[in-house]
Formats: sequence, structure tokens, C-alpha cells
Amino acid sequence: MDRNQSHRNRRRALKALHFTGLFLTMMIICIPGLWIVLNSFRPTVEIMAKPAIWVPSFTLEHYRAMFAGAGEGGVPVFSYFRNSLIVSVTSTLIAILIGMSGGYAFARYRFKGKNGYFVGLMLFRAVPGVALSLPLFIVFAKAGIIDTHLGLILAYVAMNVPFTIWLTDGFFRQIPRELHEAAEIDGCTRWQAFWKVEFPVARSGVASAAIFAFLTSWNEFALASQLTRSVGSKTMPVGLLDFTAEFTINWGGMCALAVLMIVPALILTFIVQKHLIAGLTFGGVKG
Amino acid sequence: MTEVTLSQVVKKYGQHQAVHGIDLDIHDGEFVVLVGPSGCGKSTTLRMIAGLEDISGGEVAIGGRVVNDLPPRERNISMVFQNYALYPHMTVRENLGFSLRIAKQPEAEIAKAVDEAASILGLNELMDRKPAALSGGQRQRVAMGRAIVRHPDVFLFDEPLSNLDAKLRTQMRVEIKKLHQKVESTIIYVTHDQVEAMTLADRIVLMRDGHIVQVGTPLELFNTPVDTFVATFIGSPPMNLVDGVVRQGQITLDGGITVPVPVTAGALREGQAVKFGFRADNLMPVGHAVEDEGAVYELDLPVTLTEPLGTETLLFTKMAGGEVQAKMFNPRPVAPGEQLRFRLMLDKCHVFDATSGLAVRG
Repeated sequence: MDRNQSHRNRRRALKALHFTGLFLTMMIICIPGLWIVLNSFRPTVEIMAKPAIWVPSFTLEHYRAMFAGAGEGGVPVFSYFRNSLIVSVTSTLIAILIGMSGGYAFARYRFKGKNGYFVGLMLFRAVPGVALSLPLFIVFAKAGIIDTHLGLILAYVAMNVPFTIWLTDGFFRQIPRELHEAAEIDGCTRWQAFWKVEFPVARSGVASAAIFAFLTSWNEFALASQLTRSVGSKTMPVGLLDFTAEFTINWGGMCALAVLMIVPALILTFIVQKHLIAGLTFGGVKG
Repeated sequence: MTEVTLSQVVKKYGQHQAVHGIDLDIHDGEFVVLVGPSGCGKSTTLRMIAGLEDISGGEVAIGGRVVNDLPPRERNISMVFQNYALYPHMTVRENLGFSLRIAKQPEAEIAKAVDEAASILGLNELMDRKPAALSGGQRQRVAMGRAIVRHPDVFLFDEPLSNLDAKLRTQMRVEIKKLHQKVESTIIYVTHDQVEAMTLADRIVLMRDGHIVQVGTPLELFNTPVDTFVATFIGSPPMNLVDGVVRQGQITLDGGITVPVPVTAGALREGQAVKFGFRADNLMPVGHAVEDEGAVYELDLPVTLTEPLGTETLLFTKMAGGEVQAKMFNPRPVAPGEQLRFRLMLDKCHVFDATSGLAVRG
């Protein structure tokens, strides 16, 4: 009886410890985001106040200012948003198409130097993006695609393809070969077998690869800050820099733009999340 | 009218040769089982017939038409896979109708064909479920339904029952046999389980190391195995094999037992090393034997272990230094170590050459 009791106590203590750990971790993850959202609604004096003011007041002044004209602290939000959207969506689509084909090839076909290629792709991921910014800048400048959507899209596609290949390769590998063989016996060509059977089954995997690619492009700052310079091509992360002046930083405005940046990404993630949670239902074969 | 003909079919993977020039004629409507231990090339052969593996040499013809270079979809075959390979994102109904939809059949006909297949296999209740919501046996039935919906010339089964538990396997075995009686198509069935081969096949093709060892009806393989491999592979328990030497027209087994030669004396040389083979069914304790005509040799053997099976008990005994299994019909309890008198049915015994393993007949 005593031993049962002590085990029960220990289990409870462990559980409490577990939740405390989780709470602390989640705080570390969430507080910066929360800080940004809260500060976007607070007057600048309150943000900068020392000692800190713990009960926030509410104002929309930063949002109002942001959308106002150039002279009143406004930034071209809509242009930045449009640039971000064009660059992210296009580069994601292209990266997924190329990456998915690559991932499928790595998962299904045998070819010479396959492992070498794969390791090479992963090594490419190890190169820090910023290190490429100068060479890219020179090459793009010579090619005349600096400060264009096209240049940024190319850079992001190159960044995202290796990761997409790696991710989709894993998903296609989990689909048994017999599925496309069965489809081929049922009358499909190889192409039909892929689109009618393998792609739908791997759909959730492709969706998660797409989210990753989209978020990478949407949030990327280092390369974009080098490769873009005008309103016509600057993306939102680069736009955040508009709030820094020589001696001051407009924290409230920066937070407000950051919130505008987070919202679409959040919405998209929620939409696609259903696919992710629906997960890989491999009921067709005994696992 | 769909015969399947394999002539000198070869499969090579780089340097490694998996199938060595196989010749096989499968008649229209025949149920042929390819059986053998794993790695014997039976699945590879089936996949070459299906068009899922390239044929490295020789010819495969279906219905008189050489199909070597045709893709699977142009061979009018259907296949049931070991892991069922149901499309996980489609319902049972969509799975069944998939091939017809690909062939752009009118919807009304698809519905009719799907319903017909579903009622043959008892799937009517499950039509709107996805494969993930089905049990192993139900998935198996859907896989079969998907195969019959198209009325193919040839059915290919690749170890379809090996993922099922023992009870379900027996049940599905019967259903497959019934299905064959109903659709009367040619069936080529691959398994490593000799019981499945024996129970299902019109003809068994026993393979080893990429070669065909013996082709015949189940009883031909059981009663007249061409070598020790067939003798021990087919039948449960496997045939007992005891080492011996031919001496003066008799076979002297290791340990000094001498039995009369069960084949014509002329077929054996004096001093030839042989393996003397007999099945457990042909070595029975006196008083517990199934009465049988023919020559009988009686001998005393110690029982080391018993396995009661109900109508019979399997007795493990020592004979000529090796372990030998015998069967006791109308069994009574036997204590380990008990000495019993056994009757060996000589007419049912086999003699194999010890070096080549080939059967000696005459």
C-alpha cells in the first residue's frame, strides 16, 4: 500500500515537473511574438518607458501612421506586401514542382551517383545564405536582374529546392512501390499512376514542403536586403528596415508591420495544417 | 482462350542472374502455383509476366501474343499484391472502379461491374469505407475485387495471403479457389507456403535458385518427387531422409538396419551411397496403422517426443542416427523413451542418390 502511494506521488510530481517544463519552453517560444503584437498597439512612450508599464493601453496610431503618406511616417505597405506575395508564391510553386520531381526521382529511380547528388544537395544547405549574397549580387548585377522579382525568385528557388527534395523524397519513400505498380496494371501510364495515385497519397507531404518553402521565402531577410533596393521589389522583411533612422528606431511601427507580415503566414499555416494533421493515411497497405 | 507461355525466360540484375532460362506452358483456365523458398525467383518470374520487371532474355507470351516489351496496362492482366496495394485515398468503390475509370468506361457500366464484383466477394457493406478502415481480410477481398472487375485474361497473385493470420488464411484460400471456379480465368499464384500450393494448384511449379525443379499436379509432386529438395519441400511434415548404402540388393542404413530395396534392383549399383526416404504417414506403430496393401518392413524404434494432433499423433523417433517422424493413428498416450514396433510401408518409400539428390526409380 505504501509503495503504491509513493509511486503515485512520484508520478504526480513528475507530471507537474513535465508541465512546468513545457510551460517554460512555450513561454520562451511565444513571448517574443506576443511582445511584437502587444507593442504594435501601444504608444511609443509606453514601449520605451522605464520602468516598464505592465498594464498596456491600446492605440492604433502605428497602423494609422504606417498606412499614411510618406511624410507622416508611412511606408508603402501594399507594395511590400505585393512584392512579398509575388516572390514567395512564385518561388514556392517553382520550388515545389522541381523539388517534388527531384524527390520522386531520388525515392523511385536508381541512377549513377545518386548518393553523391543527395549529399551534395544537403551540403548546399550548409552554406549560409548571407555568404552567397555578394557573389549573387555581382552575378545578378551583371545579368541585370538586381532589384527585380525575378532575381529574388531565382535565389529563393535555389534555396528551397534542396530542402523540398529532401522532404518529399522521405514522403515518396514511404509510399510502397506496389501502389504505382497496381495503378500501372490497372491501366495507367507511369505519368497517370503518379498523378492519380502517388501524388494524392503524398499530398500532405507536399503540402508541408510547400509551407516550409513559402515561410522561408516570406521571412527571408539577409539575401533580400542585398538584392532589392526600390519599392518595386523590396519585400516585407526588408521593409521593416524603413523604420530605422540614423539615430532612432520606430519600434511601434516596426511591430505593426511585423504583425501584418505574421498574419498571412499564420492564416496559410492554419489552412494547410488540416492536410498536415490529416497526415499520411497508409491504410492501403499493411504497415 | 488465354495460355501463358514462357520460353527460356531469363532475368539478370547486373552480374547476378535471378532466373535461369525458364520454360513453362500454362493452359487456359489453369490454376498454376509457383512455389519455392525465398529468393528462388518465383516473384521475379511473376513480375516479368506482369510487365513490372524487364525480361533480360527469352519470351513471354500471353494468349499467343509476345508481350516482352508491352507495358503492364497492355497485357490485360490483373494482380493482387502481398500488401494489397489498395489506393489509400479512395473508397472501396473507387478502388474497385479505378481501372474501368482509367479505361474511360461509361459510369453506368462501371457501377454495374463494381456492384457485381462487390457481391461476388461480399463487399457491399464496405463500399464507402477507405482502406484504412478495413480489416486485413477485407482489404484482401477488395484487392481481389479490384482484380476481377476488369475480367482480365490472367490473374496474378503475389503471396496474397502471407499477411493474414493463420485462420483467415485458410478461409481466404477457400475463397480464392471458389473465385477460380467462378471466373474460370487463368491464374498464376506465387507463394512460399507448400500447403497453399498443394491445396490451390491444378499444377505446381516448384522453383529453386532461379530454376524450375519440378512441374506437376500436387499429388505428382507429393508421390513422385524428382529429388530430395522436392521431397522435403512438399508435404508436412517433410519426408524423412536416412543415409544408407546399397549392399547385396538391400539398403543398409547407418546404424545397421537393413531394408529391402523398394525399387527395381537394377537401378542401383552395389556400394552406392543413397538417401532412403519415406513420409511420416508410412511409418506407423503396429496396431495404430492405417491398413494398406503392399510390402511391410517391421522394426523397433524408441519414441523421443510426441505431438498430439487429435486424429493422429506425430511421433519423433531415432532411426539410423537421425531423427525420424512417424504417425500414430487412433492415438494412445505414449511416454517419451517408450519402445514401439513400427510398420514401414516399403511401396511408399523412395531412394535418392546421395550425391546428386536425384530420385532413383524403376
